[in-house]
Amino acid sequence: MLSDTERQEIEREIVHYPRARAAVAEALMVVQRHRGWVSDEAVRDVAALLEMTPDEVEGIATFYSMVFRQPVGRHIIHLCDSVSCWIMGQETLLEHLQRKLGIGFGETTADRRFTLIPAGCLGACDLAPVMRVDDDLYGHLTPAKLDEILERYP
Amino acid sequence: MPRITINNQVHDIPWEGRNLLEVCLDLGYDVPYFCWHPAMHSVGACRQCAVKQFRDEHDTQGRIVMACMTPATDGTIISTDDPEAVAFRRSVAEWLMVNHPHDCPVCDEGGECHLQDMTVMAGHNYRRYRFTKRTFRNQDLGPFLNHEMNRCIQCYRCTRFYRGYAGGRDFEVLGWHDHVYFGRAADGPLESEFSGNLVEVCPTGVFTDKTLKEHYTRKWDLQTAPSICVHCGLGCNIIAGERYGVLRCIRSRYNDQVNGYFLCDRGRFGYGFVNDEERIRQPLIRNERGELEPCTIEEALWKTSSILRHGRAIGIGSPRASLEANFSLRYLVGEENFHHGMSGRSYQLVREMLAILQQGPAPAASMSAVAQGDAALLLGEDVTNVAPMLGLALRQNILRQPTREALRLPIHEYEDSAIHEAIQVGRGPLYIATPDVTRLDEETPNTYRAAPQDIARFGFAVAHAIDPAAPEVTALPAAVQETAARCAQDLLTSLHPVIVSGFTCGHPDVIHAAANVAWALRRRGKPADLCFTVPECNSLGVALLGGESLNAALQAVRDGTADTVVILENDIIRQMDVDLAEELLERAQHVIVLDHLPSPTTDYADIVLPAATFAESQGTLVNNEGRAQRFLPVFVPQGDVRDSWRWLGDIMVMNGQRGCETWCHLTGVMRLMAETVPALTGVTEITPPPDFRLVGQKIPRQPHRYSGRTAIHADRTVHEPRPPEEVDAPLAYSMEGYPGQPPASLIPRFWAPGWNSGQAVNRYQSHIGGPLKGDSGGVRLIEPPPEAAITYFDHIPDAFVPREDALLVMPDYLIFGSEPLSARSPAIAARTPRPYLGLAPKDMERLGAEEGQVVALLVTGTCYHLPVVARPALPRGVAMLPAGLGNMVALGLPQWGHIEVKREVWD
Ligand code: SF4
Ligand code: SF4
Ligand code: FES
Ligand code: FES
Repeated sequence: MLSDTERQEIEREIVHYPRARAAVAEALMVVQRHRGWVSDEAVRDVAALLEMTPDEVEGIATFYSMVFRQPVGRHIIHLCDSVSCWIMGQETLLEHLQRKLGIGFGETTADRRFTLIPAGCLGACDLAPVMRVDDDLYGHLTPAKLDEILERYP
Repeated sequence: MPRITINNQVHDIPWEGRNLLEVCLDLGYDVPYFCWHPAMHSVGACRQCAVKQFRDEHDTQGRIVMACMTPATDGTIISTDDPEAVAFRRSVAEWLMVNHPHDCPVCDEGGECHLQDMTVMAGHNYRRYRFTKRTFRNQDLGPFLNHEMNRCIQCYRCTRFYRGYAGGRDFEVLGWHDHVYFGRAADGPLESEFSGNLVEVCPTGVFTDKTLKEHYTRKWDLQTAPSICVHCGLGCNIIAGERYGVLRCIRSRYNDQVNGYFLCDRGRFGYGFVNDEERIRQPLIRNERGELEPCTIEEALWKTSSILRHGRAIGIGSPRASLEANFSLRYLVGEENFHHGMSGRSYQLVREMLAILQQGPAPAASMSAVAQGDAALLLGEDVTNVAPMLGLALRQNILRQPTREALRLPIHEYEDSAIHEAIQVGRGPLYIATPDVTRLDEETPNTYRAAPQDIARFGFAVAHAIDPAAPEVTALPAAVQETAARCAQDLLTSLHPVIVSGFTCGHPDVIHAAANVAWALRRRGKPADLCFTVPECNSLGVALLGGESLNAALQAVRDGTADTVVILENDIIRQMDVDLAEELLERAQHVIVLDHLPSPTTDYADIVLPAATFAESQGTLVNNEGRAQRFLPVFVPQGDVRDSWRWLGDIMVMNGQRGCETWCHLTGVMRLMAETVPALTGVTEITPPPDFRLVGQKIPRQPHRYSGRTAIHADRTVHEPRPPEEVDAPLAYSMEGYPGQPPASLIPRFWAPGWNSGQAVNRYQSHIGGPLKGDSGGVRLIEPPPEAAITYFDHIPDAFVPREDALLVMPDYLIFGSEPLSARSPAIAARTPRPYLGLAPKDMERLGAEEGQVVALLVTGTCYHLPVVARPALPRGVAMLPAGLGNMVALGLPQWGHIEVKREVWD
């Protein structure tokens, strides 16, 4: 069941649109902000609130890579794997990350500290190679820089 | 007339506004495509239909365009065989196949697969991709469909049909990028009544027919024939396929006036009754011990004819049997002794509809007219459950006005996603007045929940608001009056309104109200059509044939004018009150029944003759629109099963009845019928006569690749058996015959060189979406008279008053379960709910009944014990009883019923 706070926050989004269902992406982000991810049950609850079917909400939830349909770690690393970053050495970074954290794309460390996810161009090609940790963007990455950055996320 | 050049050939094309793909296909050019569908038009998603377009004759470069997204305007120059276009199409096919498992040998689509056809057409022959393929988990989508997502090529047709065209909401595109998944949020049966169309809409083997898998056979091994669906009154055109004496699948047979490209799930998956283990396959005679025991054909004929010779026989025909079978019975017993097999009440309703269509100024709407209309009023009908495909047609009707709006933008009619984007949630006017919620409710705010009398009153009020000369309704609640006025306004501002009503309210007043509305619109200059639902596949046909009702049959047996009853393909216990039906059957000294399956009626029979089903026989059915259509036999049934008309004819021969020689051939019977019954004159024109030949040959029911013909009987004999002879149709039970396209009414399957899937229909149409080449698509027997005068119905019923001591029990028609033949099919049975009683919450309170609690309901002389289901929208004083489930009455309703609340709870 959605908490009262979640419900209120979603309802505040709904008023911006002519139809409730238009707020579905925001609604999912509200849930995710509170719980870290969106469960099957949350999909059904959001659907009921927005007069959608669970299938319709699921369509949106699985379309956006920033909506997590599985539990994730405390911090999310989005490592760009698109063209510019790849040219600028993304592969080395990925190898480094995988070795360091012991996880591949789509996986979470055993201590639930990090989840590693690929991103298709973060829109910062001028800084390539690029990654995002939670809401922070980091560019011109090197393995050394990576190590240092990850220390900031306990 | 736009003139366009394709591959240096100049073509004049009939009209503007179409896309190049349609035009190319019309002209017979092979341009491969996936995402375009003739009913759902273009989205330009798959890039498979690339052609080269040139600016003018000096342009040597040209550019690749998508044929489905490019208008065919005057002066267009394109090349379909330009090397660059060919190479482009080849690589599109290659990349679409990247993740495909190449599992054709184990895929049910193989042999009728559009993906196979297009891959070959695009010239992608060798696979170069060497890497891991993405794989999916498939879902259990219920008893109708298999799901094999790995075969998906992301054309988006399924969701465009399921959501956009059929209005389903429990199916979506999930995921993104390389993981696009077409399915549901969780496993479970697809809710749409039209889900089975995915079998034909999906160009690959993702969605295939689960009932076919039970007895799988490839298309090229199926013996097929053109047929008509018998599971409701709409008469959708079907292709039925058989092998080894088993009916294996139903596919839609395109008819631009009737079902278009589609079918409902009842029609597609309801065929199992033909293969039912309980089929009556031998004549049965009641022995001294009172049991029915098998006998020979000769014995049965001898016994029957001697009974008829000595007795005073009446005949009871059937609204689900062909015209020819009914006419044969009528001839056997004499016109004055023929009964049409409907109860007095349902016959009265069908008669009313017939009279309205024959005498009034509003014609019966074909399903395509309903879909082309742009406003609709539904009086009393939950169409999606009663006549499902009408629901699909109405879903197109309500898009008409917003589409017209959208077309004021610079977009073409075929640009489907642009149109949907422009329309958003816009819908044309749809007014639904029914006792309970319907599947179309979500498309309209204009619903009115009421008892039949009040629905009629609402209709009369609409008519009066349209034309003040139509009788007025007094003392209507203000809110209802307001809705009626709004409805009248909306119908008047539309271009082509359709008024839908039918039999399920069981009330002639409702039908009269519908007629008044349509006629009032006609008087105001609107070309309004009427569309009535009828109880069974040949209700209107039998009504045209005439005869007396079942109640008259009972009377004849009661007063002794008759002692013998011949019952044709009819379970009369379902048609009338059980005790009356039983009285009729008990009083009659001899009861002779012709039918496919044992029924409560055959339990009373002294002689049972095994009658062929639609798939094993030939005949004519008249649908709700008055369109006479022919079904042709697909295969010769096992055992002593024969066409009913043949049984009846042989009885006449045994008795030396005058005129019996006509019964040697069906054509003779048909001709005699057309001569005897003026209303049926047109029926001889539906299909070419049996001696019709093309280049001296018959039309083969088996494809030219039909395999194993010499091996089928190898366990018994190495000699190839002689194929059964066919004397009543120009089709052969063979793979030999005319290899080209037959006249439309004889098309046994859609196939053309290079086009193995059903999409070969392109090659059979006069133009995409138009009629099949050289065909009328059936013969309409009823048209309004040229100068029809309008005499409004002026009996306005009193408002419904709920009773304290009783509830008005209405039939709740269900797509799965209410029609008895399809209900016997395993896949349909799996979707049929358990019996229940729907009550308004107010009545539950009054009766002290809780949801799920079992109550006793006494109605039409029978006591049912049923769990209560709350129906919040139901008006007080009205209850809903699922029609036809188990032993439940259907056609006797509505009636007052009494409820007693008990203690125990349904397990
Ligand atoms: S499932 Fe079939 S219809 Fe749907 S996108 Fe895939 S190939 Fe196309
Ligand atoms: S709508 Fe009626 S006639 Fe058409 S397929 Fe369904 S059951 Fe058959
Ligand atoms: S490619 Fe990495 S940010 Fe654009
Ligand atoms: S058919 Fe034209 S792009 Fe798919």
